[in-house]
Amino acid sequence: MADRAALEEAVRLQGERVRGLKLQKAGAELIEEEVSKLLKLKAELGSDEGKQKFVLKTPKGTRDYSPRQMAVREKVFDVIISCFKRHGAEVIDTPVFELKETLTGKYGEDSKLIYDLKDQGGELLALRYDLTVPFARYLAMNKLTNIKRYHIAKVYRRDNPAMTRGRYREFYQCDFDIAGQFDPMIPDAECLKIICEILSALQLGDFLIKVNDRRILDGMFNVCGVPDSKFRTICSSVDKLDKMSWEDVKNEMVEEKGLASEVADLIGAYVKQHGGVSLVEQLLQDPKLSQNKLALEGLGDLKLLFEYLTLFGITEKITFDLSLARGLDYYTGVIYEAVLLQTPTRQGEEPLGVGSVAAGGRYDGLVGMFDPKGRKVPCVGLSIGVERIFSIVEQRMEASEEKVRTTETQVLVAAAQKKLLEERLKLVAELWDRGIKVDIRKENLVEEIRRRTSQYPPHLLN
Amino acid sequence: MQRLGPLSREAWATLTLQLLRPPCAGASLLSPRVLGGLVQPPAREFAEARLKIQLESDKEKSNFVIKTPKGTRDLNPQQMAIREKILNAVIRCFKCHGAKGLDTPVFELKEVLTEKYGENSRLIYDLKDQGGELLALRYDLTVPFARYLAMNKIKKMKRYHIGKVWRRENPSINQGRYREFCQCDFDIAGQFDPMIPDAECLKIIYEILNTLQLGDFLIKVNDRRILDGMFAVCGVPENKFRFVCSSVDKLGKMSWKDVREEMVGKMGLASEVADCIGDYIQQHGGGSLVEQLLQDPKLSQNKLALEGLRDLKLLFEYLTLFGITEKIIFDLSLARGLDYYTGVIYEAVLLQAPTRQGEEPLGVGSVAAGGRYDDLVGMFDPKGRKVPCVGLSIGVERIFSIVEQRMEATEKIQMTETQVLVAAAQKNFLKERMKLIAELWDAGIKAEMLYKKDPSFLSQLHYCEETGIPLVAIIGERELKDGVIKLRSVASREEVDIKRENIVTEIQRRTCES
Repeated sequence: MADRAALEEAVRLQGERVRGLKLQKAGAELIEEEVSKLLKLKAELGSDEGKQKFVLKTPKGTRDYSPRQMAVREKVFDVIISCFKRHGAEVIDTPVFELKETLTGKYGEDSKLIYDLKDQGGELLALRYDLTVPFARYLAMNKLTNIKRYHIAKVYRRDNPAMTRGRYREFYQCDFDIAGQFDPMIPDAECLKIICEILSALQLGDFLIKVNDRRILDGMFNVCGVPDSKFRTICSSVDKLDKMSWEDVKNEMVEEKGLASEVADLIGAYVKQHGGVSLVEQLLQDPKLSQNKLALEGLGDLKLLFEYLTLFGITEKITFDLSLARGLDYYTGVIYEAVLLQTPTRQGEEPLGVGSVAAGGRYDGLVGMFDPKGRKVPCVGLSIGVERIFSIVEQRMEASEEKVRTTETQVLVAAAQKKLLEERLKLVAELWDRGIKVDIRKENLVEEIRRRTSQYPPHLLN
Repeated sequence: MQRLGPLSREAWATLTLQLLRPPCAGASLLSPRVLGGLVQPPAREFAEARLKIQLESDKEKSNFVIKTPKGTRDLNPQQMAIREKILNAVIRCFKCHGAKGLDTPVFELKEVLTEKYGENSRLIYDLKDQGGELLALRYDLTVPFARYLAMNKIKKMKRYHIGKVWRRENPSINQGRYREFCQCDFDIAGQFDPMIPDAECLKIIYEILNTLQLGDFLIKVNDRRILDGMFAVCGVPENKFRFVCSSVDKLGKMSWKDVREEMVGKMGLASEVADCIGDYIQQHGGGSLVEQLLQDPKLSQNKLALEGLRDLKLLFEYLTLFGITEKIIFDLSLARGLDYYTGVIYEAVLLQAPTRQGEEPLGVGSVAAGGRYDDLVGMFDPKGRKVPCVGLSIGVERIFSIVEQRMEATEKIQMTETQVLVAAAQKNFLKERMKLIAELWDAGIKAEMLYKKDPSFLSQLHYCEETGIPLVAIIGERELKDGVIKLRSVASREEVDIKRENIVTEIQRRTCES
């Protein structure tokens, strides 16, 4: 028994060592070595014969949805789906896992966050990381050249969950995408219109949608003198401007990523700018940027976009923000991110955190990566970050002390005496057959009345 | 800017660097600057690199097959439309009976699923050990439910759960059997007076199968205690109970002769024992069979069998009150696979598997099943506290297949709910179309427009016909001047001018009426 205890302790220590290395972002080889040591120790520990294990938890980073949370979720999805349908989208679904090869090479550094399935002798599989890559695979597989679809489903990322901020390892995404070759910026404008409609309908308070363009970013880096090899890493530094101050971001770029100080300053002058269509006009006149072909393309498209957004009546919610540099690798054109301006908090709790509630962009190269002939299908889309919205709506409901009707029970059939059971069953069956919702209880009347008032069923049949 | 085709960024980078011999003029320009798939390489080396890469990429592509994993499939909009209808009907029934919705994660800790499924455990999808907890995809929705109850110390709950589950079985497309499939579960947990919740479960199965209009069906009912009691009185050694049980379960697919052969030949059961079992399990009937067996000289001596028979008798009384007994049959050969049932068990089968002309029947199979499982929650509770449960699962995948097969090939469902297409017959009306459509969306009207600046009128009409949009809102020079919108009915081709300020109400009126 002492050996076993020692072994368990060794497993625990080794597990901590591995976690520590991962946090420090140590070299991949070192981590692998320590992980295999851990696996060996675990194997030695072996199976526990006969001992009952009472593991009463969901896996790390996941949670059950209680009936109350399901009611919130249903409400939120209803709003979102009705908006997607209003815009003429069809719906599809894909399997929860894909062939590992389908997901490989699509997520850049984030690939290490993918959940793999165990090799059990068949195909190598992995849980989907988002709904966009499966969509691209679906288009290529079915040789579709245009479709407007929405997809609401859970995705999986082995992130470090920060559950107070509504960040989990298993979470819902609500995606809407338009695939196909169309006249420029019209579908892109529709996506922004949809985000506005949804966020307004959900009544989450005031919000703002930041817009930028991958080509403007890359053009800007180019004219500032960022070496090509550093583009992506500088991009991810710039992306942190919404969480860190410019001084800290500049420090990261110069000290950690080896960027020349003057180059950083030039970037700084640009990325601090944000505004409406007038900023687009201004930059089109910018002496440096206007020499860069890529930036010009991006600025030209943004100008057109703003025209359409004006026609859609949503420009007061849109801001052109040069510091928007979203994480994923596959965006090729316009990118956008919606943030709530006032994160509601409960008494004494940390604010829900700065963070987006919706985001998206154009990604013209993704489908071609799947097609055997490399045929391109341009795509633009958006993803609503519902988990954060669930938290907000749930908090808001609690705050207003609104009772969520978790059942739609309309009638409580009361029985004053036990002998009335038979009659009650018959009556209940009749009501069910007529589609009236009924809940049988067998406790006494007083109890029932008390319960009824706490559940607010519309009337009591006596 | 040249496109080099869909090679991954890393691959392009590696190949480029391999092709170029240092020192080379402008070497710093050669590290690829990738912009989401677009690459800007220098001129001369480009031609060489391009050829080499195309050869490499062709080879790479021929190895890469795009498909969904074995036993899984995408659901296209048509299939989703069918599913939505069916699931809505199921949910409506569950809610009608006062159940609350619940959802659990797609995977559980491996230990939660261990030792719950008997021999079927080998069919569980494990997740790779990536240094964290050991996980596995859920095999059903019942074990997660038991875990939820124990975890939250809940003693009473009536819940429904609709979600996918995963089993590494041999998939069979024409039997509607996949490795990833949807289950609709309804369960009642808690200590109540006997058989009332059990009767409600059967009532629910009845209601759902009726509503879905799948044709005639039957619900077979049996009880684990009757089975075990029967094995005991027939002389089956206790250690062979579960094996004999799974043989008996095959009576639905195999003949009694073959099942008997398996029991005697493979399991070494004595001939008389097998025959004794045979006499019982070939019986089925209504409440009268229960009465008959209560008088059976052997069975009535067995405490367990008596318990089961008495509960079934009570159950039949309640089913009579619920008015559903003509669909219920007490069938002694029903011996469902899962290990955790402790009392009544039931399985609903369609009596006539509907077929298309010349095709094989969809195959015998259940469309719903369930039973009582009183010990499962206790397995999760550290103090072993029991929470008795009874429930049912609707086999929606099989129902989806049946409904899909039934739909005529030419039958068109409109896969969107769009009510009106915003169109223009003339050029340069993009702005007007956009303003109008924003107005319609803001009023909650389901509207679309083509993503073209100047689409032809014909292509716009064609789009409506293809996708089933019933109305077209047309704007043009004359309409602008007169302050109207021309509203056209796609079906009747009738057109009428509606005042601009009335367009929303007019469209709403028409879509309500249809």
